[in-house]
Amino acid sequence: MKRSSWTEYQKEIADNDYYYARSCIRQNFFPGSEKAFLNIIGKDLGLNIFDDPIHTSCTGIGYHTDIVPLETIMTVVARQFALMGEAGYENFISSCITSFGVYTEILATWEEFPEMEEKTRESLYKATGRQLCKPKNLAHTSDIIFHHREQIARQAKHRLVNAYTGEPLKVVEHIGCHYAKLFPKSGIGGSEFPYVLAGMVESWGGEIIDYPERRHCCGFGFRNYLVQANRGYSIANSHRKLESMAPYKPDFIVSNCPGCAMFLDKWQYTIAEMEGKVYGQNGRGIPVLTYEEMAGLVLGYDPWELGMQMHQVDVEPLLDKIGVEYDPAAKYLGRDGKYIGRPEAAVVNSCSQNAFLNIKK
Amino acid sequence: MKHVTVIGSGVAGMRCAAELAREGVRVTLLEKEEAIGGKLRRWHKLFPTFTPADEVLSPLKKEVSENENITIRTECEVKDVRTGCVTLATGEEIACDAIVIATGFTVFDASVKEEYGYGIYDNVITSADLEEMFNKGSVTLKNGEKPKQIAILHCVGSRDEKVCQRHCSKVCCVTGVKQAIELKSLFPQAEVFNFYMDIRMFGPGYEEMYREAQQKYNIHFVRGRISEVGPTFDHRLQIKAEDTLTGRPLKIGVDMLVLMVGMKANDMNYALARSVEGLSVQPSGFMQPSDPFGGIVRSNADGIFYAGAVTAPKNVCEAAGEGASAACAVLRMLNKD
Amino acid sequence: MIDFGYTISKPRIIDIDRNNMQPSYDLLKEMPELQTCIGCGACTAVCTAGGLTKFNFRKVHTLVRRGEYAGAYEELNKCMMCGKCRLVCPRGINTRAVVMLIKRKLGEL
Repeated sequence: MKRSSWTEYQKEIADNDYYYARSCIRQNFFPGSEKAFLNIIGKDLGLNIFDDPIHTSCTGIGYHTDIVPLETIMTVVARQFALMGEAGYENFISSCITSFGVYTEILATWEEFPEMEEKTRESLYKATGRQLCKPKNLAHTSDIIFHHREQIARQAKHRLVNAYTGEPLKVVEHIGCHYAKLFPKSGIGGSEFPYVLAGMVESWGGEIIDYPERRHCCGFGFRNYLVQANRGYSIANSHRKLESMAPYKPDFIVSNCPGCAMFLDKWQYTIAEMEGKVYGQNGRGIPVLTYEEMAGLVLGYDPWELGMQMHQVDVEPLLDKIGVEYDPAAKYLGRDGKYIGRPEAAVVNSCSQNAFLNIKK
Repeated sequence: MKHVTVIGSGVAGMRCAAELAREGVRVTLLEKEEAIGGKLRRWHKLFPTFTPADEVLSPLKKEVSENENITIRTECEVKDVRTGCVTLATGEEIACDAIVIATGFTVFDASVKEEYGYGIYDNVITSADLEEMFNKGSVTLKNGEKPKQIAILHCVGSRDEKVCQRHCSKVCCVTGVKQAIELKSLFPQAEVFNFYMDIRMFGPGYEEMYREAQQKYNIHFVRGRISEVGPTFDHRLQIKAEDTLTGRPLKIGVDMLVLMVGMKANDMNYALARSVEGLSVQPSGFMQPSDPFGGIVRSNADGIFYAGAVTAPKNVCEAAGEGASAACAVLRMLNKD
Repeated sequence: MIDFGYTISKPRIIDIDRNNMQPSYDLLKEMPELQTCIGCGACTAVCTAGGLTKFNFRKVHTLVRRGEYAGAYEELNKCMMCGKCRLVCPRGINTRAVVMLIKRKLGEL
């Protein structure tokens, strides 16, 4: 695909010294990803990153479900920025796409309506005694990995290449809506042909699939999912995407959004249980990775350290394809070798759990 | 002998130069491209009569080339103008008694509308590309095959706030219908779908052609703007739109998508307006004539006139008419002196 | 199969590629003037049946032209054949004949 148009969207990304803002939900669904990011930036790339224990949720989920008012979220965001300033940083990076959208939107709002910024400064000071300090540079963490993708490629232990055939792995990239659909200029490659994940995949040897519903939303949509009766709308969107990508036989899906990665993964289970349909090869689902997991595998991290046992769709077939060595018996062992429990067999995994050692025995 | 500089050798500029020369005025006809003729050089047939563009262009070209009062200068870019003088990009100054600006328009760059994938997906082409294909006598898909299903999208770069093109380009509706008929004639087995917001058939014979497209050629018209184009597994294009008349979203796979690109005002209009008191630009970016009714070929600067699409989107007949009108206005001014 | 308390919502999209367009194209061959509809809504504005029910001739025939036949036959049963639509159609479409033709074609299906 001719993707040269992405080069027209150049956003400034800081080279070093990052203030890291975590996501509220990722540590449940993809628990190793944020840790892996810190390790990749701090250890593999040897850069300076600060993981601040006192920052909070950006309250974006509440904002997008009409629970948290604009003034409140602005003040919360102002506090995050103030913490960054107090820690002596000016490059704010966010692990969550929704937070990134919120930060981008609020900075743009302050730019357009300075009186709102003034009001927020006042609220922040009254509530916390802190001083607002606007970041010099705002980026999503996938931007940071993109920014250093060539360095990661140089340090790579594995490439996104099928070890059996030597062919590039076929990858579906899914970009969270709040990355560039709110402000096309805030994303690498804009909103129609974002390049942030495609760039990583291409640098690391894989091949991007451009399929009819590539730009379609995963369907999370906050209020669409949060009310059980509405979940039919939510799942219908992922269903549409999976139906559309299946003919291309993707080896895996990679996403830069907490919600998208989780829904594209978990909905495969739901669809399989509802309709008996799976979208991957050999009667299995399509593995869904975060970009940190993808980068981690490329850099030779252990998949269970990356938290990949927490995925709904089993990742082992993909690990085998990439040629990653792993201990099947260690999949459900926690940090100190403690058994963490094991999910029931499911249609989406072709009941593959049975193939592994029954650790309990 | 009086001397007039006409900038631009499209239909308007050539008509104007020819009329002036016929009245014994010496004319310098400037053209920035390597040959005279303007946009029509690359057009195949004209609506609504399917007259070959060359039939209109050739006599005009002959007329201006053979008249010894006219000096044609091609590959000649203009930097700015002021009363009585045209400055070229090279710095050369051409002194004259009057100036006619007939610089026309710029074809809207369809790649700006990223969602349509122009320049990214094969077989997404523009109306201008299709005319060139007609001229070459070979309309095919990139792989050389014949299209079986074709979509035509109206209003690309027209009536679109998102790309700062609020105006209607006026000729694309008619072109969309004309090209649909041409494609259907070329590929009778193909289904042709026109996606439109409104169909504006303002000229004589246009409405009749539209009706013929529907009734005789069985061309499908869907009232809805295409929102997104993506590739399909079998290397076709998937198009999404709303069928607004049924109130439901619609998708269709096509082999070829033709974008009806609109008329964009030339970027140089702003430089022209800055160069002399009395010239100004409308919000649409096109030059502001002194009066929208009686003074459409006049500017508010002494001795500077307009002809054709430099002031607004125009069709070929209007451009030719304005070329003649501008000549008339110039002659009246010259005769007063 | 597990009951999750919701189902996967069915798409509302008109999928021209999946729809069987043949009956629609056959119908247009018999009555090409139907393609000249410009969706002005004059027919539905004067429609006696539409004044009392949700019957919308413009939508029904447009859907049929897109290969969406489900329910069209039943909908067209609401038409009372009064012919007011034909009087007002600016394109001169024989709308009553359209109703009869669609019903005949769909009856064959």
